[in-house]
Amino acid sequence: MKQLLVRSETCVGCKSCELACAVSHSESKTLFGAVLELKRPRKRIFVETDGITNFPLQCRQCSDMPCVHACMAGAMYQEPNTGPIQVNAEKCVGCWMCVMVCPFGAITEGPARQAVKCDRCRDLDYEPACVAACPTKALQWADVDSFAAAGRRSWVTHLKEANNHAE
Amino acid sequence: MQNERSIDPAALDLLKKAAVDGIETVWDRYEAQQPQCGFGNLGVCCRHCIQGPCRIDPFGQGPTKGICGATADVIVARNLLRQVAAGASAHVDHAYDAVEALELAAEGKIDYPITDEHKLRSIAAGLGLDAAGQDLKTLALEVVKVAYADMGSHSQKPMQWLMAHAPKQRIAVWESLGIIPRNPDREIREALHQTTMGMDADPVNLLLATAKQGLVDGYAGLKLATDMQDILFGTPTPVVTEANLGVLKSDYVNLIVHGHVPLLSEKIVQWARALAPEAEAVGAKGIQVAGICCTGNEVLMRQGVPLATNYLAQELAIVTGAVDVMVVDVQCIMPSLAKVASCYHTELITTMPIAKIPGATHVPFSLETADEAAQEIVRKALTAYTKRDPRKVHIPDHRAKIMAGFSVEAISSALTHLDAEQPLKPLVDNIANGNILGVVATVGCNNVKVTHDIFHVEMVKELLKNNVLVVATGCSAHALAKAGLMNSEGTEQFAGASLKAVLTAIGQAAGLGAPLPPVLHMGSCVDNSRIGDLVTAIAAYLGVDTASLPVAASAPEPQHEKALSIGTWAVTMGITTHLGVVPPVLGSKQVTELLTDGLTGVIGGKFYVETDPLRAAQGLIADIRVKRQALGLPN
Repeated sequence: MKQLLVRSETCVGCKSCELACAVSHSESKTLFGAVLELKRPRKRIFVETDGITNFPLQCRQCSDMPCVHACMAGAMYQEPNTGPIQVNAEKCVGCWMCVMVCPFGAITEGPARQAVKCDRCRDLDYEPACVAACPTKALQWADVDSFAAAGRRSWVTHLKEANNHAE
Repeated sequence: MQNERSIDPAALDLLKKAAVDGIETVWDRYEAQQPQCGFGNLGVCCRHCIQGPCRIDPFGQGPTKGICGATADVIVARNLLRQVAAGASAHVDHAYDAVEALELAAEGKIDYPITDEHKLRSIAAGLGLDAAGQDLKTLALEVVKVAYADMGSHSQKPMQWLMAHAPKQRIAVWESLGIIPRNPDREIREALHQTTMGMDADPVNLLLATAKQGLVDGYAGLKLATDMQDILFGTPTPVVTEANLGVLKSDYVNLIVHGHVPLLSEKIVQWARALAPEAEAVGAKGIQVAGICCTGNEVLMRQGVPLATNYLAQELAIVTGAVDVMVVDVQCIMPSLAKVASCYHTELITTMPIAKIPGATHVPFSLETADEAAQEIVRKALTAYTKRDPRKVHIPDHRAKIMAGFSVEAISSALTHLDAEQPLKPLVDNIANGNILGVVATVGCNNVKVTHDIFHVEMVKELLKNNVLVVATGCSAHALAKAGLMNSEGTEQFAGASLKAVLTAIGQAAGLGAPLPPVLHMGSCVDNSRIGDLVTAIAAYLGVDTASLPVAASAPEPQHEKALSIGTWAVTMGITTHLGVVPPVLGSKQVTELLTDGLTGVIGGKFYVETDPLRAAQGLIADIRVKRQALGLPN
């Protein structure tokens, strides 16, 4: 199953993912259409930085689901067959328990006082817009094992270069 | 993103060859650039100081101001002013070169002709000079002195070239807004100053400054350049030739001129003719010169040189494998040409000190050594021909017959056959009675975001069907020429009944034995001044403001900053100006609203953005009908 994974070393902090995220949650699903909409679409991804490392952060889909367990209204739920965790905005009462228990700060306040978070682009058949918008491929929509394998290969290359340098 | 790359059959043919030959083109690079930055697309990125870059979140969750406090409205307006000033600078620089050429020609220091004495005297008279009493060269220097005086003006006096040529009603409007340029160079400098860190933060003031740059472009760029070039090389008269890459010949030396300024291309054409006998020595039947972009339009209009292709297909010209030399001057030249040329025998030659490309041969061009440079370039083409690999040659068999050369003087002269006293009367009468619903000028570029040529062609066909007369310049003219809209058959096929009747009557009266083409080719991008002159003359004939005429402009596929500055000038003339590609301003509601509606009340014109060709045609027709109604004309 594919996951939203990040190579933070290639994130240049352009925030294109943030724009694309908001657009994919607009009525028109286009940039030029979205900026003209009266109801402003909300982004659900946030490029955070400590001045050195940039990281585009969004809901990590934790398997222990603290937000789902903390939700007393039944608004937070997991889609069937271990699908992504979603928010039913109609049920949300705005108690913000989910915001408090989320270790990543990935849940924010929507315009009608309800929780808003990454839905893995459910409207786009789960093809995340942030990944498509990333110009440096820092954001990836990939199987965990293949992402990890690429990381291992990169480490081997790095090791070889280090050895060559040592010689 | 566009689905098809082009509608031009020659381009489509050569794209297949490019794929086989492993050539990367503008379309490949466009795909590699996806996704393009949303902040840039909306114009909300500011890089004017190095505290930045800053960008505004258009959806309001992130920053709403740059580090200095500039809002999206300020950033968008500043970016637009800089782009328009850059466009104007290209045209003013071009015009300045032409003024210099006339000066040196009049002083006998360079071997350039002063061809059109009539135009010189008429310009001189318009400037208030003693036009009749002086000899040609003295008068030319007087005219040059006026042009230089504008460029070197140290006073607050309005630019003389504008005051002498702009419609009086418009001048009054511009005066009331305080946007009449003084010295064009000073205005461009001021625009850079006005948009630097810590300067103008009033979007309305910035947009008025943008309108001023439009006037700089129109009168110190376009108008001045055309006037100088007509005096030097002659005012165009109708010519018949062909357009598209099928004009290249397998058994001829093929030399392509590409760029914008005729100072070089006129010399190339002259020397290609003079040295044609030498072609035999290298085994060729002759030398075929063909043009790309506006320098192609310049030598088409005055010398009847065929058009090779327009902006977006410039690389594909080389992919034919049949181009021996492509010589370039300034503007719209893709740096990628050097790489493409390196895959064939083609020699890419740069000529200008401000437009060099690594990998190209540089033959320095100056007015003083123009003949030597042109001969060297033509001889390089002869040599390159001997290295041509016939196995790599594929010339698409596509070309369309075209009639071009429609300067205002040429149009006027054709109409003289109908009314010798008042040549504009038959045109105006036919607009008034509705045989011609209105006039739309299509101008400007190709843009890779749009299927090559499709917007020009589809929109214009719809306009013609509705009896709208179309005049065209630049790469728009190339597109329409290639599509067969610049010949008599085009009139039969595409013009509405009443438009066809008018074009047929003029064609018969002018002795063509066939209708005028439905689209009149008025020249290069600087020759948009000819459209301005025509509109100015019609308004003067009727005694009305240009803003009230049933006339509109369109840049269906704009890409260059020059297209923005030309469009801005058209808007200041009071003309509704359509853009087929969204300019980078949507990040500011205020700026978008002012450009498309808010400024109309004070300036008369407006921008109209529509990205669908048929809807754009209908929008322009609706705009024309509103203006007709206001004039009390039948709809």
